[in-house]
Amino acid sequence: MDRIDLLIDVVLVLMVIGMVMNLGGLLLWVERKASAILQDRIGANRASILGKLPINLGIVNTLVADPIKLFTKEDFIPPGADKLLHTLAPIVAVVPALITMLVVPFGDIIVIGGREIELQAARLDVGILYILAMVSLGVYGIVLAGWSSNNRWALLGGIRASAQMISYEIAMGLALIGAVLTYGTMDLQEIARAQSGMLFGVLPNWGIFYQPLAFLIFLTAGIAESKRAPFDLPEAEPELISGYFTEYSGAKQAVFMLVDFLESIIVAGLITTLFFGGWQVPLLDRTGIQFPWGGGIPLPSLVVTLMQVGAFTGKVFFFCWLQIMIRWTLPRFRYDQLMILGWKILLPAALLNVLITALAVLISESLK
Amino acid sequence: MTQYIPILIAVVLCGLLATLMTSASRLLGPSKHTPVKDEPFECGNPSSGSAWGRFSVKFYLAAILFIVFDVEVVFLYPWARIFRQLGFFGFIEMLVFIGILTVGLVYIIKKGALEAV
Repeated sequence: MDRIDLLIDVVLVLMVIGMVMNLGGLLLWVERKASAILQDRIGANRASILGKLPINLGIVNTLVADPIKLFTKEDFIPPGADKLLHTLAPIVAVVPALITMLVVPFGDIIVIGGREIELQAARLDVGILYILAMVSLGVYGIVLAGWSSNNRWALLGGIRASAQMISYEIAMGLALIGAVLTYGTMDLQEIARAQSGMLFGVLPNWGIFYQPLAFLIFLTAGIAESKRAPFDLPEAEPELISGYFTEYSGAKQAVFMLVDFLESIIVAGLITTLFFGGWQVPLLDRTGIQFPWGGGIPLPSLVVTLMQVGAFTGKVFFFCWLQIMIRWTLPRFRYDQLMILGWKILLPAALLNVLITALAVLISESLK
Repeated sequence: MTQYIPILIAVVLCGLLATLMTSASRLLGPSKHTPVKDEPFECGNPSSGSAWGRFSVKFYLAAILFIVFDVEVVFLYPWARIFRQLGFFGFIEMLVFIGILTVGLVYIIKKGALEAV
């Protein structure tokens, strides 16, 4: 571990956090526009300078005007609240959400100056466990926010959020066990590598074809974990104002909104890595494009790396978009329906998936 | 342990970033208290006192059930990782383990522990 290694670590960490933060900001705009399109409106399309000069610069308006507006609002702490916890809660909520994507690989190896660098900020042997741990930590920020506000809506939202998140965490963890069984490793880079090549010569060798049930369970549980509709009971506007962050304003409220988007990005990143080949591009390997009928197009390694990073980003975009579409299409669940779906449908289905996968692994091993 | 250095870097960095972001409004925004604004927001009704009281026991039940089944999930991870080495014996072992916990799940469903509050 010398200085250059440390520098590489810092650069990769900055890259991942920068990517996640920027994508979060971008999704705020995509969400507003997508909801507008689905509801047959135009949506946010202009901002004004000091209330005088309306300008229409498309995406720039929302990306620049929204944060400026939120950051210059009053930072209000209710006098009845627990001031320390009220201040601490957004920080506790956002830090685990920001650092979860560190273990998700966004490309293969890049060679710079004879040094092989994995395009993954932190290569852990226990990557999947790390993700589950960070997702669990996210509950603390929400519960602290709900409790410390000393507001009934906030408290109800916080309790609902914790009950919902811990209920769906089990199904989420069990769905991931199917993937661990299939690949025999918890290292996400290894899992992404194992999805290279083709299946039956026509399909990409992606996890979805081995674990379709786990994908559905993980997508459902993931949306529930990120507290998005149809699972947005913790912040159900008609019932609870905005749930656990009712008493938050300005930048702190912006942070809670950002956490929601970060969690969507985490879910999209994990679905991409575990079920849709991560950075793998069909037919592409380290030397270039290989056709299954022989022959191919050799490509320089930089182009291959860029294609892989592009493929990863594109897939993450797609699943973020899918989550936003689901959010604006389906109505909200009731609390008891939420519990029934989590405990009586997803949990047994995930257990069944584990058993079926184990049986399939046993059979395929004995056939070898 | 060198695997975890990037995570340490990220925790420090994100901690600073989050502190900066959450204190932005305090530094940039106005600050004005009025008696009405200082009340807890309960849709305009006069507040009926502190929110720190009792709430439904059902939520505690969900938390306790979570612990039982989350521990199950944690036990399944090492098993899944080395399943290929364990072979048929490991499969039967885990079938017994999951079977016992499934009986527990059926029991709590029949008992109505997950019904609406």
